[in-house]
Amino acid sequence: MAVLRNRTEKAIHWLFLGIATVSIGILVLIMFFLFQEGLPIFKTVTLQEFVMGHYWYPTDDPADFGIFPLIVASLFVTLLSAVISIPLGVMTAVYLSEIASRKIAELVKPVVELLAALPSVVIGFFGMVLVGPFLQKTFGIPIGLNLFNAGLMLAFMSIPTICSIAEDALYSVPNSLREASLALGATELETIVKVIVPAGLSGICTAIILGMSRAIGETMVVLMVAGGAAMLPGSIFDPVRPMPASIAAEMAEAPFRGEHYHALFAIGIVLFLFTLAFNLVADQIAQRYRQSGEASL
Amino acid sequence: MLRKAGLFFAALAFLCMGSGAAFAERLSINGSTTVLPAAQKLAEAFMKVRPDVAVSVAGGGSGNGIRAIVDGTSHVGNSSRFIRSSEVKMAVERNTYPVPFRIALDCIVPVVHPDNPVTNLTLDQLRDMYTGKIRNWKEVGGKDMRVVVVSRDSSSGTFETWGDLVMNKQRVVPSALTVPSNGGLVQAVTTTPGAIGYIALGYVNQDVKMVSVDGVMGSEENTISGRYPISRPLFMFTRGWPEGVTLDFINFVFSRKGQEAVRASGSIPVY
Repeated sequence: MAVLRNRTEKAIHWLFLGIATVSIGILVLIMFFLFQEGLPIFKTVTLQEFVMGHYWYPTDDPADFGIFPLIVASLFVTLLSAVISIPLGVMTAVYLSEIASRKIAELVKPVVELLAALPSVVIGFFGMVLVGPFLQKTFGIPIGLNLFNAGLMLAFMSIPTICSIAEDALYSVPNSLREASLALGATELETIVKVIVPAGLSGICTAIILGMSRAIGETMVVLMVAGGAAMLPGSIFDPVRPMPASIAAEMAEAPFRGEHYHALFAIGIVLFLFTLAFNLVADQIAQRYRQSGEASL
Repeated sequence: MLRKAGLFFAALAFLCMGSGAAFAERLSINGSTTVLPAAQKLAEAFMKVRPDVAVSVAGGGSGNGIRAIVDGTSHVGNSSRFIRSSEVKMAVERNTYPVPFRIALDCIVPVVHPDNPVTNLTLDQLRDMYTGKIRNWKEVGGKDMRVVVVSRDSSSGTFETWGDLVMNKQRVVPSALTVPSNGGLVQAVTTTPGAIGYIALGYVNQDVKMVSVDGVMGSEENTISGRYPISRPLFMFTRGWPEGVTLDFINFVFSRKGQEAVRASGSIPVY
């Protein structure tokens, strides 16, 4: 009996190891493929020309493969969405976990999570058909599909991510901290600002960074509402062309293993490095400010 | 349990056979979104004549269409431009020979917002707008309003034809909005008062206003007569000389019924 149990244990151990290896192996292969297809572009242009070049004319003869405007577009769009989504997401999380009554929290939480379930193409369509014309009329600007619109739509997409992860982090702050703070005579506001939020800070930072990495990698929304102009934006109402939009729009017609094709994969590498950096930072923060035991504060 | 699974697979196999009997032959068409409406109408009309054939139509761009017939994933590849020499080379390397058929004519028309008073632009004015030299509608006799240049993605066949026939190999200004489809372009122009864009004649609807070029309005007559400057032929490519169902389909395309379907889709018949 004991032998059989031991065997089952072992079999399950190997099974799970195998499954984990397969999924990691697939990821490694995808990464390998990404680099294999992207790096050949540097036979045609130097790294400097590629990253700092101001002109993206991939189908011209001779072609220009400068992705600086695309990188700037991606960063600005993400930054703008962060400016909107971080306060909204974090404050919603604080409200849901600390202030709202149980009934209201039970009502609001699913709604926020529903927002996360909205397909990105629906948000993109909303931005294109409703928000674009609205921005034109309200601000008297010539183009409704622009950086601001894209940032706004991306904020809608990252709020649920930020909110639900931050809420989990706040929820897991030990109750004894709350009680201790209140017992010392702190008001509820003081408890939230000086005790709960600092205690859940690592979780909140992780939430913010995961939300931002969702925004920078999001494709459909920026393809539909960013306007698609490969230029350095002069204002937040200028159209831009973030990296994922460029890849999505052009990949279908780029000649297989041609320069344009390799350039698009190289953009993929840049995008990959950005999200990798975001994730490393998130990991670092989670490690550094880890709440280790209730006595640590 | 096993028996149930067996029954399930038997049923599945039966279903497959059933559908196999209904459609003895398959024909897949892929390629340019400009040719797509014509290809869809042609496929519908063809399936009425030949109910034994299942035709599937997809639009992924001219390059994809040609690549699909070279790879053998489609029987017919639609293209709004002629085959490039690099593509011929690729095909020859894979021992195939793409055969072109000129199935229709198309004309690309500049469109503006319906409230824009401008009715005619010269080719030079169009080029200057797209290179960013003309920035205000005032300069071409319109209202004092910024010109918003709307262009297609650099990989689209429409963009390429526009580049050849209008831009004279000059570059479209980087600040141009780019949209991935004809429909998206109509959407962008409809919602932007200062916009100028270009689309295939078949996609023009009441939401946008056509502008004549050098005094000639884009129309079927003017395209066939050759007076309209921005027009081009549309192609279907087959993998080698067509045979079997593919041959029947190509023959149908050039029949009276086929060319009627072309006209119904908004493109211009070849005869």
